[in-house]
Amino acid sequence: MPGLTIDREILIEAPVEVVWRTLTEPDQLSQWFADRVDLVVEPGAHGYMEFGDQGGPVVVEIVDPPARFSFRWNHPLGEEPVAGNSMLVEFTLTPEGDERTRLRVVESGHELLAWPDEEKERYAGEHRDGWGEYLDRLATLLAKRQSG
Amino acid sequence: MTAQTDDALWSAIGDPSRRQVLDLLVSNGDVSASWLAGRVAFSRQAVSKHLVVLERAGLVSRRKQGREVLYQVEADRLDQAARAMAELAAQWDRRLATIKRLAETAHAENKRRNRRDG
Repeated sequence: MPGLTIDREILIEAPVEVVWRTLTEPDQLSQWFADRVDLVVEPGAHGYMEFGDQGGPVVVEIVDPPARFSFRWNHPLGEEPVAGNSMLVEFTLTPEGDERTRLRVVESGHELLAWPDEEKERYAGEHRDGWGEYLDRLATLLAKRQSG
Repeated sequence: MTAQTDDALWSAIGDPSRRQVLDLLVSNGDVSASWLAGRVAFSRQAVSKHLVVLERAGLVSRRKQGREVLYQVEADRLDQAARAMAELAAQWDRRLATIKRLAETAHAENKRRNRRDG
């Protein structure tokens, strides 16, 4: 998983099965994710999400209850999502005791959207950095240099 | 959706070699392509290519000084990129917070029901 990723997590006071249902059941999905979600959580399932007057296709990749759930989105309508035309969202659920779950989400692929294919391939071989951190660091450095 | 807001910007910063060039520009300011090429492991041509991409994304600008072309970072644009990235992360934080609230509410509800039925 190369490139610019968003990596966030949260600790939830509920068993992993409950978090799994919240994450994947259609009526729950529409509460945390989009205004309207038309999606069956099954590997390979194609669906649609609506945000206000915007919307877009979603394709489910991995469904491994209650530990992993991933999908691709933001690909052009009518195209199959692959690395390079879409973003991959991966949820990982890790139980911490009986009544607590660590939920992690990683979204990747932002930087690949505008890249020519050969560059993508070359890039796929390179290492992965956290770029949110990178940008923060860069902006801080720059501010220091300008004030100094 | 926010993802397509600025493909050029993301793809410019997405490349590790370009980030190295950007790093050097941030810490050293006004320098030439040859100066940069002396400090990275890739070729002068590669440096020039990276500078073109960075310039196209608005992250870097050039000016002429005598016979030299000097490059510098566009602070506002870099700041904008950092903010856009932070906003994407904040969006996921909000979603995770909603999932937490929903799951914890459902869990409390389950427990109450089990106590009543059991």
